[in-house]
Amino acid sequence: MPVEFEVNGRKVEVEVEPRLTLADCLRHHLRLTGTHVGCEHGVCGACTVIVDGAAVRSCLMLAVQADGAKVVTVEGLSRDDALTPLQAAFRRHHALQCGFCTPGMITTAHALLSEEPDADADRVREVLSGNLCRCTGYISIVEAVLDARSAYRKRQEGAPA
Amino acid sequence: MKLPPFEYACPASVAEAVALLASRPGEAKPIAGGQSLVPMLAFRLAAPALLVDLRKLADLRKIAIGADGVRLGATVRWRDIQDEAALGTAHPLLKAAIAHVAHYQVRNRGTVGGSLAHADPAAEMPGIAVTCEAEIAVAGPSGARNIRATDFFLGPLTTALALDEIIVEVRLPAWPARRRWGFHEFARRRGDFAMAGAAVFYDEADGKAANAHVGVIGVGDRPQRLAAVEAVLNGQPVDAATIARAEQAASATVEPQDDIHASAAYRRALVGTMVERALKAASA
Repeated sequence: MPVEFEVNGRKVEVEVEPRLTLADCLRHHLRLTGTHVGCEHGVCGACTVIVDGAAVRSCLMLAVQADGAKVVTVEGLSRDDALTPLQAAFRRHHALQCGFCTPGMITTAHALLSEEPDADADRVREVLSGNLCRCTGYISIVEAVLDARSAYRKRQEGAPA
Repeated sequence: MKLPPFEYACPASVAEAVALLASRPGEAKPIAGGQSLVPMLAFRLAAPALLVDLRKLADLRKIAIGADGVRLGATVRWRDIQDEAALGTAHPLLKAAIAHVAHYQVRNRGTVGGSLAHADPAAEMPGIAVTCEAEIAVAGPSGARNIRATDFFLGPLTTALALDEIIVEVRLPAWPARRRWGFHEFARRRGDFAMAGAAVFYDEADGKAANAHVGVIGVGDRPQRLAAVEAVLNGQPVDAATIARAEQAASATVEPQDDIHASAAYRRALVGTMVERALKAASA
């Protein structure tokens, strides 16, 4: 069936089977392969995207349910060639090794810091508990997210980040 | 795994949704947030021929707070409950319990009605509904009916909801401002299903507990109230001695099973500790 929604600011129209998840729609139909698919049953968090401002697992959402929604994927978070504050912080803190979980970490952290730029370490850990990483041990990821907060605070105050 | 094939409908009214379910007896299922149903589909534990999406039913998305209590529409998300500041006084026990539901991303889509219909024995919302003597309002082809929470949950993933009915809302009775309450659960990782949990509340008269309600999750085939523990509390001051007796009564009353997450003996001990901690919080 036909579905229309917005991805990273661009209107898209796709013809999908009802059983297609939003994750597979993004990857296979729209070629946005930054969204990773790990467990396919809502446990690992690698497929996290932002739908109407809220971080969701795109493997637990049908593409047909996204009709009319605004979807932001990890590709939509960087506007130009420069690294975003989260990307730069992940690099600075070595917050990725194999990188498979990273798109989900970045989208989740972006959704969190956009709403709660003052999130403390406990809150960051609680939110990231829905994202599995089998390499880093999480410490560097939490440090990177905490480090990126200052850019989101500035963004909230209206200064260019 | 990829999902099995199904047809999809997105009705604009409750009546239309019910008619769609009734048109395919036993083969159609409602979907809201999909946070329990989609994994069930992925594992082939469910393979409905038709999914009826409730996302356009605006009436089901409402939280209503009034003199008669709190009414949560079926498609109210965990996130909506957390964001509703008025629930902090209108139903603090609900708000505290819901903070434990699943992970960040799941809370942005998971719904009250979905959790009630899924009926996981460890889930918080069914536990709160049973503990608080909630009523679950449902709509079907022959009209609306209200089901008491205690009669709604029949076993693991099994409810009194007919295949052509949908949950409309859950009604929690009014919450007196001075009521004492506590909620405690234990999970290995924040957001995982509880290995055991306890919700307690009581009113106070002359320094003694009255109207005690004690509910537990994760230690049986459905959420349950523990009458033996309530009897320990009613008419007594909730002090260290009473709490110790309540803890023992809780462990003695439940009949948990061994499973891959914990032995029955561990769960029996754990549920006592959860009741103890919830009561300590309530009486503090």
